[in-house]
Amino acid sequence: MTHWAWLVPALPAFAAVVGLFLSRYVPGGPAVPAIVGTALSLLVAVVLLADAESNPGAVHQTTVPWTPLDGFHLSIGTRIDGLAAVTSVMVAIVALLVQIYSTAYMAGDPRYSTYAAEVSLFTAAMLLVVVASDLFELLIGWEVMGLCSYLLIGHYWQTEGARSAAVKAFVTTRIGDTGFLFGIFVLGVAAGSFDVGQVVGRASAMSHAAVTAGALLLLAGVVGKSAQFPLHVWLPDAMAGPTPISALIHAATMVAAGIYVVARLYPVYLAAPDARTVLGVIACLTMLGAALAALAEDDLKRVLAWSTVSQLAYMGAGLAVGAWTASIYHLLAHAGFKALLFLAAGSVLRSVGTNLMSEMGGLRQRLPVTFVTAVIGAAALAGLPPFAGAFSKDAILTAAREHGGALGTAVYAVGLVTAFVTAAYATRFIVRTFFGSYRGALDVRAQVHESPLVMTAPLVVLAAACILLGAPVVPNSYGVASWLDAPTGTVPLHLDAAGVVLSAVIVIAGSAAVVALYRRRPDEDPVTVLGHAATPLVHAFWVDDVYERLVVRPAYATARAMRLTDDSAIDAAVVASGQGTSAVGALLRRLQNGNVQAYVSGLVVVVIAIVMTVSLAVAR
Amino acid sequence: MHLSLALVVSALLFGIGVYGVLARRNAVAVLMAVELMLNAGNLDLVAFDAWWRDTMHAGQVFALFVVVIAAAEVGVGLAIVLAVFRLQDTAAIDEVTSLADRDPRVLADAAAEVDG
Repeated sequence: MTHWAWLVPALPAFAAVVGLFLSRYVPGGPAVPAIVGTALSLLVAVVLLADAESNPGAVHQTTVPWTPLDGFHLSIGTRIDGLAAVTSVMVAIVALLVQIYSTAYMAGDPRYSTYAAEVSLFTAAMLLVVVASDLFELLIGWEVMGLCSYLLIGHYWQTEGARSAAVKAFVTTRIGDTGFLFGIFVLGVAAGSFDVGQVVGRASAMSHAAVTAGALLLLAGVVGKSAQFPLHVWLPDAMAGPTPISALIHAATMVAAGIYVVARLYPVYLAAPDARTVLGVIACLTMLGAALAALAEDDLKRVLAWSTVSQLAYMGAGLAVGAWTASIYHLLAHAGFKALLFLAAGSVLRSVGTNLMSEMGGLRQRLPVTFVTAVIGAAALAGLPPFAGAFSKDAILTAAREHGGALGTAVYAVGLVTAFVTAAYATRFIVRTFFGSYRGALDVRAQVHESPLVMTAPLVVLAAACILLGAPVVPNSYGVASWLDAPTGTVPLHLDAAGVVLSAVIVIAGSAAVVALYRRRPDEDPVTVLGHAATPLVHAFWVDDVYERLVVRPAYATARAMRLTDDSAIDAAVVASGQGTSAVGALLRRLQNGNVQAYVSGLVVVVIAIVMTVSLAVAR
Repeated sequence: MHLSLALVVSALLFGIGVYGVLARRNAVAVLMAVELMLNAGNLDLVAFDAWWRDTMHAGQVFALFVVVIAAAEVGVGLAIVLAVFRLQDTAAIDEVTSLADRDPRVLADAAAEVDG
């Protein structure tokens, strides 16, 4: 069966081609190839997962030679292990739900067929990253995802914000991708092969310098794609795209790819403790900073975007301290509740026509299904047992405390503080959106109604996933981890009751604080209690402004200087040589004045001169 | 008869021809001056033929060729003069300057003036 694993990325890719070029001939319209392609891909992925579950620890590699490269044989193919199988199922489920949801959310959009095809291509690229057996094959998927994120964030390209957000996302991730490419070179040359299995297998035998350099360079790309500090700035702005795209980018594709690549190449990171320390420090900074930024944000989608940045930092921190299985578990749980939250947010935005929570409030009666599912998603995000995010987060924190050393202690401390902030902003999001009284325009209020079934059904499915991913883990003693086949040397999934209780208390405290503030002043944003301390949070610690000063403006100034040099030096020289030729030509033109007698006069004079010169020369 | 006498006469004829070609304005007069130059050459050919006592009389034969070619040349030349006179209403050779290379910008301005 694993010989057919290539179908997993190929089916959505084929659907994308059909959707882009042939959708007008497809009965049922552009939604049909998109949904069918993703659903078939999900089917194949589920079969692969069942196979991986029945043979834990097995790695199925199917490759065909691609091109010889001066001593290196590049191949193209699939490498299916437990991690790849479970991740591709996760990606395919979220992508399928997003496609179904989009048929209603994007109804009436004039570019829906392009949109659906691009979502298919995005899914295919992510699935290629997941199943790739060769680092260059992986890079192809990685870069196609960059392109698709640019196209989809810029879907509403008629608005200035969407255009600049698309360019920002592309350029920011591109900065990291440069490091990623060189990381592949370093690892491939050190291992003598670009095959994932070979690179992973020989990681411990590589020289310390090579493996550290390779891991750090790869980390640059991971930081860009997974929106970690200092390359996190693109993700909140990417909210300019359609909301289902945010769900796709934040849950299944793009940002998950960064964490996935670290997990896939984890033996490399095990062999490079310095790279793991860098990852851990970045993750700690990002985790707390992004959570605080989420706390003060008024735009509903940007709250969720900051929460994604913060939650991915949990996974990064988990990978930094060796909690491989816990991080993957958190990746899956996060995919469930973040897709749910974004799709619920989309349902809200579609009803009230605004992103700002200051213009919402009291929507729980009007949007009952959205309300209930969003509360489940927020509880999972906050990490309230027994929902999905709680145990995965606790597993990361427990592993950090018990096995991480000094870095682990830091991760544990920051993680607990972040858990408090996360609970606070998740509660604030629910309270500001669904409770209190409606604060927007009155004429909109009358029209607020629940979204159609194609939009609420994915919400219910994902809410069920949030409960299921959390609940059964404790009784079956982490059976989920056995077939995930963690690399040797990682910390096994492990929970202790005290840790779970402590973080549950912290979560409830964070939630209760916000609820208490809401009770006191129902129509006021709970974050106003921070007073002036909220100013840096509202501005997300001015990182964007620093980049504006340090990078964007100097880049523009350099560009202007280059243009000036081009115009006034290089172009001027070219123009001057042309003008000089014209001037000399103008002098010569005077000789050709059309008077034949003048020509003949010149001829006679010259002939006489030649004859006299020759005669004199002969006479001498 | 001494050769130099013929050569001096020929040189005078050629000089008059050159003067006519360069200085006369009337195109017909210029053609006539060209004839003078050709016939100065003919005189030289005949004179040298006699002076060398050439049994083949190549100089005389050559002079005959020149006469024939000159006749044809005058025919063509007069036809051109006639055509130019019909087009431009003048036979003054220094007024026929349409083949001059002019500054294209000046030409464009002139065309714009005509159109305007």
